[in-house]
Amino acid sequence: MIEVLASGPLVSIQDQGRSGLRRFGISSAGAMDSLALAVGNILVGNDPGAAGVEITASNFRALFCENIAFALSGADGSASLDGLDLPPDWVIGARAGQELSLRVPKKGMRVYMTVAGGIDVPEVLGSRSTDVKSGFGGMQGRSLVAGDRLQHFPRPDVISLPPLGFGVKPFALPNDLVEPDDRDVTLVRAIPAAQHDNFSSTAQSSFWSTDWSLRPDSNRMGLRLAGPELMPLEHTELLSHGILPGVVQVPPSGQPIIQVSDANTCGGYPKMAVVIGADLWRLGQVRLGGKIRFVKATQESAVVALADQKAYLARVAKASRLARRL
Amino acid sequence: MKHVSEPTISAMGEAALLCESPRSSNDEDQFRVWEMSRIVEKWPYVRETVPGVNNLLVIFDPQAVTAREVHTALRRVWSEAAGRAPAGRLIEVPVIYGGDDGFDLPEIAAHAGMTQAEVVALHSGAEYVVYAIGAVPGFPYLAGLDPRLAKPRRNVPRVKVEGGAVMLAGVQAGILPVTSPSGWHVLGRTSLSLFDPFASPPVVLQPGDRVRFTVEELKA
Repeated sequence: MIEVLASGPLVSIQDQGRSGLRRFGISSAGAMDSLALAVGNILVGNDPGAAGVEITASNFRALFCENIAFALSGADGSASLDGLDLPPDWVIGARAGQELSLRVPKKGMRVYMTVAGGIDVPEVLGSRSTDVKSGFGGMQGRSLVAGDRLQHFPRPDVISLPPLGFGVKPFALPNDLVEPDDRDVTLVRAIPAAQHDNFSSTAQSSFWSTDWSLRPDSNRMGLRLAGPELMPLEHTELLSHGILPGVVQVPPSGQPIIQVSDANTCGGYPKMAVVIGADLWRLGQVRLGGKIRFVKATQESAVVALADQKAYLARVAKASRLARRL
Repeated sequence: MKHVSEPTISAMGEAALLCESPRSSNDEDQFRVWEMSRIVEKWPYVRETVPGVNNLLVIFDPQAVTAREVHTALRRVWSEAAGRAPAGRLIEVPVIYGGDDGFDLPEIAAHAGMTQAEVVALHSGAEYVVYAIGAVPGFPYLAGLDPRLAKPRRNVPRVKVEGGAVMLAGVQAGILPVTSPSGWHVLGRTSLSLFDPFASPPVVLQPGDRVRFTVEELKA
């Protein structure tokens, strides 16, 4: 059992989300940085879809009440286990009585904590993810608070770890998708969408070349971008249709909104582009005030990117299995 | 052979296609969408289908099939699928109209050039068909709103509208099951629960159901 000693307003239990329920208006929810959750789970020997804790831009402290292996992945939260500094993408065995503390990341937005066996809360509609929007799932549909006690499923086999744990290298982005750190710009690949050509060539060119700022009212439903106003050539009313995380809508305000994990399942605003599946996790690490720039992609390149990510996770799994036997 | 108009099929990222009726919202194409959904959801590489208002979103595994193949298959199914009128249940939704529960009723009436009582009579006098469920859990997109009541969505959505709100936007009517931001206009409130994540099924209304609003009270 792990006791939460200090938490923040955006700390929730997430797995890889609900699927197959969009026709009932039920969003996927799930980890915003799904790649980090998968890595963290693999490090502790869990299925990549096990439930963990998503800690968003927050200080966080927890007390381990038993010996248990846990991992931290995603952003670097300057983690410390009883004074021992831990890097991200790291797994270590905690001993009963040890305290973990995390700080607001200097880079990135979300840290994931996974524990061996996975967090044990009831499944609601097939998932342990917290649907923050509608208030169900995870820990009673809410953010974690001090005093919460996290249970985990038992591990059938004993994990043997090196004494100070071990870690893996983060996923290596292609060079052309990496900007110098001080620019705080996240480049995400996107495929032009149905209403892209309904915008003037000036608006289109603005969309693809602007370093869009993440507005402070961004959240798990949508990343609201600030920048030049994008106006369509003519106003059309679209009938309500299914939409997905990654869809970039341009409402009448002319300011794009990227739909993410808790977004509504249907909408009617013009769609400019859709962020590729392999880059959705990157949206989960953009900080408020940080910048996003879109890079045009195709279905083919998007599928290659998915395969690259799958290959990375396979390498993480291999390294993890090896290290846990040392 | 009956002429069937071609659908508009567009990519939504690398793993989804949206198939839309080329016409304005109508029953025939909605029935076609329901039938297509039943057929397409069985295809092995299809992960999920999401019926909308006269459209169908098809989510597939892009590592198992190309968008081009799915596009071709959808075009064929659209022309072959012809649904039937729904044999749905009739659900009565009691509504407290106006006052604090229907704070947009005065504006809706003004926009329509009617009294609030006339708006309520038209709204509750119609029989609606649930075309699709979406946006938030259990939210029904209802067809059948009297066109005289139509009013475009708000330019700036409200940050918070309480669950139970009975609403309209454009030519669509709806009922908000959970508290949520919304750009729709609120005529009234119902106590009927449309979503419970712990119930089986979790969502009360289904596409094809018919809805009638009844006047529990009119505060005007």
